[in-house]
Amino acid sequence: MKNTALSSTHEALGAKMVPFAGYNMPVQYEGVNTEHETVRNAVGVFDVSHMGEFLIEGEYALELIQKVSSNDASKLTVGKAQYSCLPNDDGGVVDDLIIYRVKEDTYLLVVNASNIEKDWNWIQSKNDVGATMRDLSENYSLLAIQGPKAIEAMQSLTSHDLSAINFYNFVVGDFAGIEHVIISATGYTGSGGFEIYCKNNEVKQIWDKVFEAGADFGIKPIGLAARDTLRLEMGYCLYGNDIDDTTSPIEAGLGWVCKFTKDFTNSEALKREKEQGPERKLIAFELDERGIPRHGYDIVDSNGKTIGIVTSGTMSPSLGKGIGLGYVPTVFADIGSKLNIQIRKNAIPATVVKLPFYKK
Amino acid sequence: MNIPSDLKYTKDHEWVKIEGDVATIGVTDFAQSELGDIVYVEVETLDETLEAEEVFGTVEAVKTVSDLFLPLSGEIIEFNEALEDEPEKVNSDPYGDGWMIKVKCSDLSQVDSLMSADDYKSLIGA
Repeated sequence: MKNTALSSTHEALGAKMVPFAGYNMPVQYEGVNTEHETVRNAVGVFDVSHMGEFLIEGEYALELIQKVSSNDASKLTVGKAQYSCLPNDDGGVVDDLIIYRVKEDTYLLVVNASNIEKDWNWIQSKNDVGATMRDLSENYSLLAIQGPKAIEAMQSLTSHDLSAINFYNFVVGDFAGIEHVIISATGYTGSGGFEIYCKNNEVKQIWDKVFEAGADFGIKPIGLAARDTLRLEMGYCLYGNDIDDTTSPIEAGLGWVCKFTKDFTNSEALKREKEQGPERKLIAFELDERGIPRHGYDIVDSNGKTIGIVTSGTMSPSLGKGIGLGYVPTVFADIGSKLNIQIRKNAIPATVVKLPFYKK
Repeated sequence: MNIPSDLKYTKDHEWVKIEGDVATIGVTDFAQSELGDIVYVEVETLDETLEAEEVFGTVEAVKTVSDLFLPLSGEIIEFNEALEDEPEKVNSDPYGDGWMIKVKCSDLSQVDSLMSADDYKSLIGA
């Protein structure tokens, strides 16, 4: 199992460590509910250095990216990032990712840790245009500093005006005494903040300074368990749960990152699917009664017939009720539709709701 | 790790307190700490008579679901209803306010098969 540059730091803080995507990662420090609330109300820091980073460079970089990714990367100017996905040839999704335009001909692709090798091989297999690819995953660390107080708490660490970095924009600059750090106004929590990309040998200094600067703002380290409850309250898809090699981006509600004004892998079939409407959809639901939906539970109709499956579920710390995502036939997918979640022996009534679950 | 010496324990990380033929049952300090924040304790077997090792309920933490196994055969005569509104009591006071059920034991000889505090301590390596 691999360690991040901060694994021993987490252990010293008393984190419970778990294997995740081949890395020894902190799942929780103080407790998931407290950590969740810290990010919703103040500021918290996640070590997400397990994420993969690829650089695609050169004259043909954009051409390759446009081929493999569903969003339109030609819209990116230097300093902007976009969420996208890598469709496969069979209607599914290889991975979801963020694409940063770092320089004129240099793009950074940030991919899920569990998919690094698969994505690398996939993109390389499509690279008949001659773009230069570099895998920086082992060399780069990533901290997510998230929460409504992130800007205020971190401003003293950089000469850049953090409040001027718009959502899905980034700067490359000084942070916590280190130069050439990517400060990106992105995240996976819905509570605002930044993601900081730096080299492995720089991350400990940044981590320490971030905690010094954040002390007066109640900053805390946050584990992967709270990362999951935070993202689920926003309805953000998690690869491997809500999307995978067999789910189409259209049925997953990712049609907004599929731009049919250009060609990309499997774009014709996906365009047809979008026009005709998918046969099933990823829905968000809240339980009407007490209970907690979990990944893999059946979704059943009023007659007890299985109509779908829960892909993510939890007790929402902010809402205090069971929430989840799952696939059902389109006929059951309208907002307000009633269905049931089979939790052990009981079918618990649930209602299809609009995302996000959590509204500020 | 708190492991009171006057209680009995199971390999499933439950504790048992025997008073006459009634056993009070909960999960150990170790179990609550491994589970993390407990958000739901579901017991739908109240008034039922079950055999030892049968599932009498479920404890749900934010990230995990665990079955609760009955340590001793008998009738489930009480559920700690305070846990319906405050399941976090299992975290804060596992041996006190966080108790889960009371069982009227049908075979007290089964008590001999439970673990002592010392045995449990070595099981969890405390």
